[in-house]
Amino acid sequence: MNIVVLVKQVPDSGSERKLDPADNTVARAGADNVINEMDEYAIEEALVVKEAHGGEVTILTVGPDSAADAIRKALSMGADRAVHVTDEAMHGSCAVQTSAVLAAALQQMDYDLILCGAESTDGQVSVMPALLAERLGIPQLSGARKLTIDDGVAKVERQTDGGFWALEAPLPAIVSTWDTINEPRYPSFKGIMAAKKKPVETKTLADLGIDPSTVGLASATSQVLDFSGRPPKGEGVKVADEGDGADKLVEYLASQKIV
Amino acid sequence: MAEVLVLAELDPTGDGVRKTTLEALTAARALGEPAAVVTGAPGSAAKVREKLAEYGAASVYVAESPELDDYLVAPKAELLARLVAETSPAAVVIPSSAEGKEVAARLALKTGSGFLTDVTEIAADGTATQVAFAGATVVHAKVTTGTPIYTLRGNSVTAELAPAAGEEKPVEVVVSEEARKTRVLDRVVEQKSSRPELTEASIVVSGGRGVASAENFSIIEGLADSLGAAVGASRAAVDSGFYPHTFQVGQTGKTVSPQLYIAVGISGAIQHRAGMQTSKTIVAVNKDPEAPIFELADFGVVGDLNTVVPEATKKIIARKG
Repeated sequence: MNIVVLVKQVPDSGSERKLDPADNTVARAGADNVINEMDEYAIEEALVVKEAHGGEVTILTVGPDSAADAIRKALSMGADRAVHVTDEAMHGSCAVQTSAVLAAALQQMDYDLILCGAESTDGQVSVMPALLAERLGIPQLSGARKLTIDDGVAKVERQTDGGFWALEAPLPAIVSTWDTINEPRYPSFKGIMAAKKKPVETKTLADLGIDPSTVGLASATSQVLDFSGRPPKGEGVKVADEGDGADKLVEYLASQKIV
Repeated sequence: MAEVLVLAELDPTGDGVRKTTLEALTAARALGEPAAVVTGAPGSAAKVREKLAEYGAASVYVAESPELDDYLVAPKAELLARLVAETSPAAVVIPSSAEGKEVAARLALKTGSGFLTDVTEIAADGTATQVAFAGATVVHAKVTTGTPIYTLRGNSVTAELAPAAGEEKPVEVVVSEEARKTRVLDRVVEQKSSRPELTEASIVVSGGRGVASAENFSIIEGLADSLGAAVGASRAAVDSGFYPHTFQVGQTGKTVSPQLYIAVGISGAIQHRAGMQTSKTIVAVNKDPEAPIFELADFGVVGDLNTVVPEATKKIIARKG
């Protein structure tokens, strides 16, 4: 089974993140960049499927040169090889454009199963499986908390508010995973050493047959006009409970006409 | 005036529309005349037409077929794409659920358009407001290609009555082979709750690591019930097994924006702030006076949640008599 995992590098969600005032895009240079947390669950799931069904796990990443660090992490967890699409013309691309690049790269690969995280912690748009399913004409099984593959058919429990939807589709298919699906392994020392020797193929837009003028900020399907920091909240009131904490809390709620 | 298509999200019972649909109709009025699109099993539209009209739907496109719910996302996107081609709307507005965002994405590709997700406001010139990075950044953005498609975040716009004709317009449903790829075999509800839906609730009470055990979450539930609120949990509480993941508020969980958010025993890590920072009023109870949650709180009590919260609950119930 050929499994491709989409991996994105994002600014660490635990650190301060910014937009770049020069062009209103995510400030990636100078940020503390890490592998998108949710993608680690997709990598783990790919390794589990490979262990059960055999095959090869390939990482596919679109992003600047620095994204090589995220690829290395994925390889150290146990993925076999990687494809890194990098081209300055892609800077500032919207989700529609990024999906075109990913789809073109995927069309040059053999895949039975595509896995990705259910959201990236920077954009939080959660639509890549839908966009790629539409472009590639394959089924989307998004938001999985459980995946089983049997006889060329993928079954997924799609996490919903208060329950799940049971989904089923034939392979090849794209599946996105939530952090409820598994517990990602930590890279072993052996894995980290082995990752250094695993093949990473770098591709440009030209290699994918994509006209650079169709991607990037200038031709994006939506544009950020401006941004600002959220206005700071006014100084709140903080009281210490001296036996009257509950009273004061209820008084406050009453003053807000809540009770 | 040009039409704005609004995809109605029905509540799971099929007997009504979700509040987010009424909010979407309200937001759509900035751009043109709202026209609701109801998809579902036969008989769905009859139950909701009146409500949609009350909130501004001049027309109600009725697309009823059992097949629409048999497959994931694709049939709805296909149907909307056909309506966009036939009616040339000024825009499409969709409630920002997981499914809504995916419908928007596929619709964007089908119609050669751009789309913006989780918008909190739409201005008359089409400029949308979004919040980024844990609510710390406010962004204005615009679709520059095709028919603008927006998904509207729940609780960011107040639904307003605006009675309109709600004229029914039947739409023929054709589900293509292409759209029949992912079959929905079952929709399972595991936690039946009388409490409001987290993302729709006007009050949310959340518990964190400080609640200390699954049993002790009854304190959180008690306060929530006294206020008619939804219950949430921080990632630390979920990871410790105190409360189910469905109720997680934060970066890797739900984003909520209620009128009132009460954080109990939650320190206020960035992970958690990401999911609740845009709440209108924030109240915190924490025994650590240095907890970062107090930087966000409009009102904070430094104290033991095990005494403060149950006592406050009693007093609230007494007040409501």
